[in-house]
Parts: sequence; C-alpha cells; structure tokens
Amino acid sequence: MKKLSKTTKNNLITYGMVILAYIIVQILISTGHVSSLIQGLLVPFCTYVIVAVALNLTVGILGELSLGHAGFMCVGAFSSAVFSLAMKETLPGGLRFFLALLIGAAAAALVGFLVGIPVLRLRGDYLAIVTLAFGEIIKNIINALYLGVDSNGLHFSMKDALSLNMEEDGLMLIKGAQGVTGTPNDSNFTVGVILILVTLFIVLNFINSRTGRAVMSIRDNRIAAESVGINITKYKLIAFTISASLAGVAGVLYAHNLSTLNALPKNFGYNMSILILVFVVLGGIGNIRGSIIAAVLLTLLPEVLRGLSDFRMLIYSIVLIAMMIFNWSPNAIFFRKRLKQRFTGGKKAEKEA
Amino acid sequence: MKRKMLSLVLAGAMTAAMLTGCGSTAGTETGDASGENSETTATEETGETAEESTETSDSAQSESGDAVFKIGGIGPLTGGAAVYGIAAMNGSQIAVDEINAAGGINGMTVELNFQDDELDAEKSINAYNALKDWGAQVIDGCVTSACSIAVSDKTAQDQIFQITPSGSAVDCVANDNAFRICFSDPNQGIASAQYIGENGVASKVAVIYDSSDVYSSGIYEKFAEEAANQSFEIVAAGAFTADNKTDFSVQLQQAKDAGAELVFLPIYYTEASLILTQAADMGFDVDFFGCDGLDGILNVENFDTSLAEGVMLLTPFAADATDELTVNFVATYNEKYGETPNQFAADGYDTVYTIKAAAEQAGITADMSNEEICAALVEAMTQITVDGLTGDGITWDASGEPSKAPKAVMIRDGVYTAM
Repeated sequence: MKKLSKTTKNNLITYGMVILAYIIVQILISTGHVSSLIQGLLVPFCTYVIVAVALNLTVGILGELSLGHAGFMCVGAFSSAVFSLAMKETLPGGLRFFLALLIGAAAAALVGFLVGIPVLRLRGDYLAIVTLAFGEIIKNIINALYLGVDSNGLHFSMKDALSLNMEEDGLMLIKGAQGVTGTPNDSNFTVGVILILVTLFIVLNFINSRTGRAVMSIRDNRIAAESVGINITKYKLIAFTISASLAGVAGVLYAHNLSTLNALPKNFGYNMSILILVFVVLGGIGNIRGSIIAAVLLTLLPEVLRGLSDFRMLIYSIVLIAMMIFNWSPNAIFFRKRLKQRFTGGKKAEKEA
Repeated sequence: MKRKMLSLVLAGAMTAAMLTGCGSTAGTETGDASGENSETTATEETGETAEESTETSDSAQSESGDAVFKIGGIGPLTGGAAVYGIAAMNGSQIAVDEINAAGGINGMTVELNFQDDELDAEKSINAYNALKDWGAQVIDGCVTSACSIAVSDKTAQDQIFQITPSGSAVDCVANDNAFRICFSDPNQGIASAQYIGENGVASKVAVIYDSSDVYSSGIYEKFAEEAANQSFEIVAAGAFTADNKTDFSVQLQQAKDAGAELVFLPIYYTEASLILTQAADMGFDVDFFGCDGLDGILNVENFDTSLAEGVMLLTPFAADATDELTVNFVATYNEKYGETPNQFAADGYDTVYTIKAAAEQAGITADMSNEEICAALVEAMTQITVDGLTGDGITWDASGEPSKAPKAVMIRDGVYTAM
C-alpha cells in the first residue's frame, strides 16, 4: 500500500471527524437520545461551521482580515430565499434547493469579487475596514428594498411597498424591513453535512494546490512572492472570492432553515461577523479543523447554558475569555505543555517500572 | 508529532463535548422524565387515595387535583429589546400567580417557563425547542414579530397552540394554531387614519417613521393606504433607520416646510421623545399623534414631559386607568418589580388569562396530548370573550385576529386622558 502523505492523512482525519460526528448524531436521533433543542441546533451548527471554514480561508490562508462575512452570508441568504420563494410552486424541492445553493454562492461570489477588485490591491488592513462597511451597507440596502413579482414581471422599489404598483395576484418577495417570509424549509442536517464536506473538499484542496501555495506565499512574504512572478492581486482575488461564495452557501442554509428572514444587526450585522471571527481565532487561525470544533462548541454553549436563565450571556462571555486565555496565552500554553509532559513522562516511568 | 497530538486531543475534546452535550441534555431529559413520572405516579396515588377516601367528591376534579398545565413563554430577555420581553414575562407571571392562587385552570396548577430569544429568529427556534423538551403544552409568545413568525411555523408543524402577546405583524397569525392579543400593524395604521379623518383632527399630515423597523413601516404602509380614503392628505413622509435615529431635524424641517398641522409618529417612544424635543427646539408648533409604541413616553429619563402635552395616541392600555382590573394589576406589578407596567406587561397578563378562558371553555385536562389541546383550544378561541387590561369584550375569529376597540388618549397635565 502506498504510504499517504502527512497532509492527506491530516485531511482524512478532518473528513472522518465530520462523518463520525454525523453518524453518531444519526444513531442518537434514531434511538431517541437527542433532545429537540439539539435537533433544532443541528442545521445552525452546519451553517456556522461552513462560514467559519470560509472565513478561515481569508484570515488563515490569505492572511487578510475580513469583518464582513456576515454580509456575504446575507447576500447568499436573501438571493436564494427570493429565488426559492418565487419558484415555490413551479420547481420540486430538491432541484429548487440545489439551484438556490448555486444562486446564493454565485451572488456572494460576485459581490466578494467586486469588493475585492479595488481593496485587495492595497496593502495593510484596508480589507477589514471595507468589508466592515460593506456588511452594514448590505444590511441597510436590504432593509430599504421592496421586491415583488406579478403577471407583469418583477417590480422593484427603494421607497415603500405602495410604489411597487403590483397587480392583485402579485407576490411580495422582499418587504423592506419585514424581510422575506414563507421561504420553504429545505435545509436539513444531512444536506448541511454534505455541504460541510463539499466546503472542506474545496478549501483543503485549494490550500494544497499550486494556487493555494501561491496564496500562502503572498501571506508569508509579499515581496518574495512578487519577485518570483506571482500575480498578487489575482491570487488574492481568487482566494477571497472562494471564501465569499462559501459564506454565501452558509447563508443559503441559514435562509432555508427559518421561515422568516430579516436583515437585523443580530443575525447579519457586524456582531455576527465578529462572532464568526471568534470561531476562527479560537479554533486556531489557519487551522480548518479547529474552526469546525470552535464553531460547534460556541454555538452549542449558550443553548446548553439556558438553565442559568439570566446569567446565561454573562457566563457565555466569561467562558469565551477563559477559552481565549487557555488557547493563546503563552503562560497557558507552557502550562499545557508541562501537563502533557508530566502525563507522557509519567507513563514512561510506569512502563520502565 | 506535537501537532498531531494536539489535533487528536482537540478531536477528542470535540467528540467528548458533543457526547457530553447530548449526554447532559439526555441526562436532564431522563431526569426530568423520571421526575415527571414520579410526580405523576404520586399524583395518581394521591388522586386515588383521595378518591377512595372521599368518594362523594367529583372524581374528575380530584384526579387532576395536582396536575400541571405548562405554558412556555418566548421573548427577548437580554439585549436592546429586553424591556419588552421582561415586561411580557412579568405580566404573564403575575397572571399565572393569580390563577394558581385562585385554584388554577380546571384544577390544574399553571407553570410558566419563559425563555430568552435575544430578538433573533434563529435563537427563538432554539428557545422553542428547549420549551418543547421541558414539556410545554401551549406557547405564550413570541413577544416580537419576526421571532413569532419563525416559531409559528414550528408550532404549526408540531400542532402546539400558540398565542402571541405582542407580535403585531400580519404573518404572525398566518397559521391556524396561532392567535394574538395585540392589534395587528395594519389595524393600527387604518384605525389611526380613520380616527384622524373622522374626527377632523387635521387636514395636512406629515409622517416620520422607521423604515428599518417592521412595526413602524407596517403601520405606515396601511396608514398611507387608508389616508387616500380620508379627508386629510399626507404632505410629507420622512423615514429614518435604526442606525440613524438621533437627529430628526431634516424630517421635521421637511414637515414644517410642507405646512403640516399634525405629525403622525408610528414609532417607539425613545425616538419620539427626541422628535418632540427637537421640534420644540426649532420652534415647530404642531400636534403629534402616535400608536401604542408611544406608550411609555412619560417615563423617558431626562425628557421634559411638558413637551408631551397634547400628544394623542392610540393605545390598548393606560397604566393610570381607573378601572379595578388595571389598578390592581399596576399595584401588584409595582410591588413585585418596582416599576409601572407598560403595554407589553398588560399584553402578557391578558395572554395568560386568554389561555385560561380558552382552556376552560374547551375543558382541557392534564392527560390530553398537545395535538388534542391545540385542536380544542383553536375551536374554543372563537367562542370566548375576554375582559382584559387591553380591552373589554375581546373576541377572536378563526384568522387569529382579536377584535377590540382601540382607545385614543391625549396627554394632559402629564397623564393620559380619554378623548
């Protein structure tokens, strides 16, 4: 048997972990050991895992800071929700959701590409600033957008629903601040896990490809990369566009899990972007597997703490700080190493005795 | 090698966390279940002994003597909208305490479990699922519209009866199993326009509304539609958004230039207090008219309440009304929570009493399944009449909308006076 390379083995562990988690959860569900709370959380887990992996591509591999991934999610969510709502009667569920995924990913990719063209040419933290603004702009545009469809075709307004002048039989797709209501519930856990695997496949292969190595060389030393003839802007744009479109996929999953979709500061505002960044930072920048684990844990945590009622969010933030210190403080890392040494050293001593 | 170790540890931690996550909930679940079992067996036993000892008493009642009727509440308890969620929770709790003190619903003790949704539709689903695990039989929620819509989809799937105290968007009661206590947004817009038109309050009206808010834009839309049929015209409509709600001089100037005699404010009281102050600063002397969102304007900190003199508003609830029900409720609320209740508290209070009325009409017993309770309550809802804090003789039709008369009040000498 051919010996697997270290990266291949490493990647297989990541895929295996997801598949194993899926199998365990399915077994637990079929034996009735999973509460409705956890069952309801399964799709959000998938959503946040995908968007965390997507952001890790930007932050960890490309080495740029993006504070607008909730904005790309928002683009994916709304474009796909509008499509699904309009096609609710005409297309069967599976095909409709597949097309919605493609549309969400394409829309987010396009927007990411457009944002990237000017910004990725600059050096420094401009991407963070621009994406931060972009997320807020998208949210506000959608809150002011009215879109409807009737026998005369699409109607569009930025003022209010009255100025659409719709026919009686018309269907409102986006009602400004009231968002999209009545999106079909097409997301489920199985689809979510398949999408995670597809995302991992894309991201992990990208990292280990020729393009991925070029992108990482830009991250590590821009001047050296330029000197060997790497087209900096092109490679940066490729990585950023992929990252944005994967965030769009997460948005599609999000939109089809709920029957109502509003662009609120809570779900698509910059707080959400920061939360996604927290998943990435706590999981380890550049560590895809870590992002998955952190996204699941941090989504689960506030729900598990429901028993503490009023102190829930307080404890949640304290746990966040504690995790951050445990993961990243040099002292904590040293302490962990010593613990491990003592543990393994102890074992050796036992063996010797 | 080290990295591999670390990744293994992390992977282990994840599976362990998932298992403990599931395990702990499963554990509490079984714990709950066993607790419930022991409880119910205990009930049955006491019920039986009670039956044996006092055979003359009504057997059906003694059987459900210690039974529990579980109401699950959902609303924002943390974050910016916490005021509304906490008020609704407190109001509901007072009603539950009163009902229990008076012997419960059909002899069943009422239990209320109120969960936080952080004003997020996704989190409200989590809250709903947590309540389902707890064994909620009816849902009192959600307090806000978007969450209510999201949850009503799930309650329709599971066939659990839902009644929202204050989810005012049209779609909140789109499903057969969902009802509401408050007015819907369109109703408020139409009622306001009719009131202004029919009473000849003004002929030129300006509107300032929050286009990023469902409540505000919903009212405005219907107000503008109905205004076309009325004797006044809308001369200016100024919008603002949640991100830009501190300076209203542009909108006010626009209204002033258009010669408005009345400014309609379908917004919440925080922004309205700023608008009143800024209008006074620029010497714009005009009448203001608002909806139930303006309720609470007299309690805004650092707000000169004399500016609110002459403001008219449509509200279902006024804390200084003098009827016995309101006086008692306000006194209890003050004593328990140290503040004057707002309309959300009143909505929460009425919700629980409505559930009680419907449950008694339908003859709900503890051994009914959620589906049976839902079907029975949906039928009963159209037959009952509730005299609550937010209206007298409230009735419902099958669509889930309440029918009650809006009360228009004017602020005079710092208190609401009926118009």
